[in-house]
Amino acid sequence: MSEQPVRTHPPAGEPSRTDMVIIGAGPVGLFAVFEAGLLNMQCELVDNLDKIGGQCAELYPDKPIYDIPAVPRCTGEQLTELLLEQIKPFAPRFHLNQQAERLERLADGRWRLTTSEGLVLEAPVVVIAAGAGSFVPRRLPLAGAEEREGHSLFYAVRRMEEFRGKDILVAGGGDSALDWTLNLQPVANSMALVHRRRDFRAAPDSVARMEELVAGGLMDLHIGQIAELHGPGRRLDGVTLKSPEGEALVPCDTLLAFYGLKMELGPLAGWGLELEDSLIKVDTATFETNLPGVFAIGDIITYPGKLKLILSGFHESALMCQKAFKYCFPEKKLIFRYTTSSTDLQKKLGVA
Amino acid sequence: MASIVVTDREGAEHVIEGTPGWSVMEIIRENDLPVEAACGGCCACATCHVYVDAAWLDKLEAASDEEDRMLDEAYQVQENSRLSCQIPFAEALDGLKVTLAPEF
Repeated sequence: MSEQPVRTHPPAGEPSRTDMVIIGAGPVGLFAVFEAGLLNMQCELVDNLDKIGGQCAELYPDKPIYDIPAVPRCTGEQLTELLLEQIKPFAPRFHLNQQAERLERLADGRWRLTTSEGLVLEAPVVVIAAGAGSFVPRRLPLAGAEEREGHSLFYAVRRMEEFRGKDILVAGGGDSALDWTLNLQPVANSMALVHRRRDFRAAPDSVARMEELVAGGLMDLHIGQIAELHGPGRRLDGVTLKSPEGEALVPCDTLLAFYGLKMELGPLAGWGLELEDSLIKVDTATFETNLPGVFAIGDIITYPGKLKLILSGFHESALMCQKAFKYCFPEKKLIFRYTTSSTDLQKKLGVA
Repeated sequence: MASIVVTDREGAEHVIEGTPGWSVMEIIRENDLPVEAACGGCCACATCHVYVDAAWLDKLEAASDEEDRMLDEAYQVQENSRLSCQIPFAEALDGLKVTLAPEF
């Protein structure tokens, strides 16, 4: 993944008001947009990844999925594309690259969600479709790593200027590691890359460019793993690298570590939701949580008999919308209709 | 009964029943030992990382390139590092010894 912030809608001072705020833009969150759309509910989605699709996009874009009803075979990426096509008539808004941070109940019973980027969304319904949690960078589990984070140890690059004139060590073998090695090399005082083996999973072209820089004496390449950080307090003056050949000290004042992403529950663990083994408990008639108007669907929930399957999440989203409708339109009567026969639904889908 | 010996992160040894046809990750997980296996066993993360006892290394099929690539996202990778979802268990592996790698 790239570290470039992609914001479809920049945060504004005014809260954005909608019918349904969906946390998580994975397959289940996306299908909830469809079911909500049929019932006239507008959706806005928040996701910490820089792309739409959740685990389908981040973990297994190229892996085949065989258990989507009526789709004998598709990849994670194809499933995301198909869902995006299906929900297109409902024009959902996506707020990517930001984590759902704070959830507060307003005096009128609606909910206010604030993201890590300061975006404020208000809606009568919040739907948590967050899978196994949000994707965050894997942090170095080494002594002294935590206090150095943001000072001499970084897991993402926000502004390249911060790194001008630094003695940089980049760790990792994927595209993020290679891309930032190549991008920052010209502004750095010195640049080095460390990876645990000679093979890189990054794009071959980037690997070739890195090797040219090494051959030209413009940067160093180390094979090994970081075993120790050195330097006083938040500062870094070098790291110990371990390899089968032994240990080596590599001087540097800035460490950029790209070890991929992992999933963690994150701030929603502190919202007062009833949890069981880090999963959200729901009423299976409505998929509402213990907080009125806050629903949860997909892999993040638990109930007797729950299976973590995408198809289960689709079913849960359809049922959830029936109760969500009552929060959005308390005065209106809900009539159950089929897309096959209802001209009203077909108009919404843009086909009638 | 075929079994697997799993050393957890605190150093305690657990002898658990190994079901032939299941992956080592599935056997560890179904015995409630702490293996995250975030991707569910499709070699798309590195959260089922184990160290295989030296005596058993040669008895396992070698890791695929895909598994080796995923190990880049693991911590403290060693020569005997494997992703346990990629080791199918069989009767012939009765007594297999693995150690849960540190979480990352």
